[in-house]
Amino acid sequence: MLELLRSNYIECFAMFLYAVGLFTLILDKNLVKKIIGMDIMDSAVYLLLGSMGYIRGGKAPILTEGVETYVSPLPTGLVLTGIVVSVSVSALMMALAIRLYGKYHTLDIDEIYLLARRGEGENV
Amino acid sequence: MRPVFYNFPMVSIVLSLVCAVISSVLRGRAARTLSLFLCTAVAVLSACTLGYTVSCGEELTYVMGRFPAPWGNEIRFGIVEPLIALSFSIVLLLCIVGGKKQLQRDIDTGKANLYYVMIDLVQAALLTLSYTNDIFTAFVFVEICTISSSGLLMIRGLGRTTLASIRYLVFSLVGSGLFLIGCVLIYGVTGHLLMPFIKEQIAVLWATGQYRLPLLMIVGLITMGLAIKSGMWPFHFWMPDTYSYTTPASSGILSGLISKIYILLLLRFVFCVFGTEVFYATGIAAVLFVCGLAGMLFGSLRAIRENHIMRMLAFSSAAQIGYIYMGIGLSPALGVAAAVLHILCHAVTKPPLFLAAAELTDAAGGSARFADLQGAAYRAPMSAAVFLIGSLSMVGIPLLFGFITKFRFAAAAITGGGWMMLPALVMLAVSTVLNTMYLLRTVLRIYSTRLEPEEHGPAREAGEPPMAPEPVPHLHSGACFAGATGVFCALNVAFGVWSQPLWDLLVRGLQLL
Repeated sequence: MLELLRSNYIECFAMFLYAVGLFTLILDKNLVKKIIGMDIMDSAVYLLLGSMGYIRGGKAPILTEGVETYVSPLPTGLVLTGIVVSVSVSALMMALAIRLYGKYHTLDIDEIYLLARRGEGENV
Repeated sequence: MRPVFYNFPMVSIVLSLVCAVISSVLRGRAARTLSLFLCTAVAVLSACTLGYTVSCGEELTYVMGRFPAPWGNEIRFGIVEPLIALSFSIVLLLCIVGGKKQLQRDIDTGKANLYYVMIDLVQAALLTLSYTNDIFTAFVFVEICTISSSGLLMIRGLGRTTLASIRYLVFSLVGSGLFLIGCVLIYGVTGHLLMPFIKEQIAVLWATGQYRLPLLMIVGLITMGLAIKSGMWPFHFWMPDTYSYTTPASSGILSGLISKIYILLLLRFVFCVFGTEVFYATGIAAVLFVCGLAGMLFGSLRAIRENHIMRMLAFSSAAQIGYIYMGIGLSPALGVAAAVLHILCHAVTKPPLFLAAAELTDAAGGSARFADLQGAAYRAPMSAAVFLIGSLSMVGIPLLFGFITKFRFAAAAITGGGWMMLPALVMLAVSTVLNTMYLLRTVLRIYSTRLEPEEHGPAREAGEPPMAPEPVPHLHSGACFAGATGVFCALNVAFGVWSQPLWDLLVRGLQLL
């Protein structure tokens, strides 16, 4: 068991990070912390994906004299694409959070719910 | 030399993305015209593609950038994909035409073009998700779809719509997170991103019994991610807020198209990535079946308790998604075909219901409560008629599309259901009764003129004579609304009377996958 953990430590750490991020995204009441949780969750996936293409001692995938092993370029490319996606999602979430803060002057999602239910919208 | 039709799916995807970029610098009206043009063009292109693939009867693969198979990116289309693209672009067109009045009211004039940017992006995402042959491209467009659909939600700047869109976004992100990690694990286990190669590898791994646990995890993660995003029971609780407070065109698009495209993507994974044998052997299909049945029951029960017409329709969507998952759980051939047919049925039935409900709400002086909707049919007769036809179709009255899909579900349950036959049939019957209760109750309410004392009681002094409905001016729904919902109802009746060709096409298309 311990041997398994030692040989797959990157995967274990990625899963741990993923769980931290997922639960922060779902359970935390603070909108900004939710966004941070989402970023942690995405980073965990990119860590896992990046580690899959990594070969110990491998060089950057550019043909060079005297280099035998290269790192697989595909996962790196996927991580880049994924980062672009998660950056735009966090930007959108932050824009929404700013809008809600401007309206209700709090970042606590439960409190916002109460305020929204009490205020406008019930008969919209 | 390939015929010119071969390029059409790729052209329609690129066209949507280009239109989205152009719309961002246009004025509102021009952007709207461009979106209308785009939806029409995509419908025509998809119809040509569909005609071609039906006549040649095989699946075609389009390779991008001349990179050969294991490295490049591909799109693949048989019969089902262009059919979905065709019907979804028509529904998208009708939604933005039919919701014109509310769109003008709900969106600030300076931001109108941004709404159509989102529409174009949604169109691109819908097309790509139905055509793509690469799992990572699927992930990227799932996220594009999520972002643009929450843009469609938040365009109405109320506090509640912003709140609803943040809630929608959180659940969608949990779903895409699970989907992404499933895709990464697929890549880790098989070393491929293109669907046909993954399918080959998974079949080999499954036959030799290697990586059994990771494969189960992968199937579970991807199914769960897409189920959360599409709103399967018990993950449906983001739906009512999402659909109720935004502009009706967006509600129609979200419930009729966007939540369904994730189910179609799941089907694509079942058929082209996992393979039906592996998927149905893992037992996850049975979980989908049970969740579908529960959704049919609890969605309808919540809809009965609702007192707000839009929220009622939202919970009814949750119940309809239950039908679809029940069909997927039933059997890979007939059950899935019935599920896809139900997706099409829901796409032509739910959006007009949302549009008509919004018109009725306007006729009732802006209130969506049932008590205020009393007699609204006489102030907006056209919308009430649309609502009536939509409700009858949802309930499953013969000669309408809804009847055909319920019939196909029952037939699938009887021919290939096994132990699932009895629960499926019982739940179909129970759910039909429940549908009747909440939809026809609403219909009766909007057509009745008698005031019910217990609902108006506390607000009024005893002994005061009962008030007639407030004199709201007779509303003209507008030619756009009439035209769009007229087409929706005509489609509903047309497929209700004459559905055999569509069914044959679907069965043939699913065999090709």
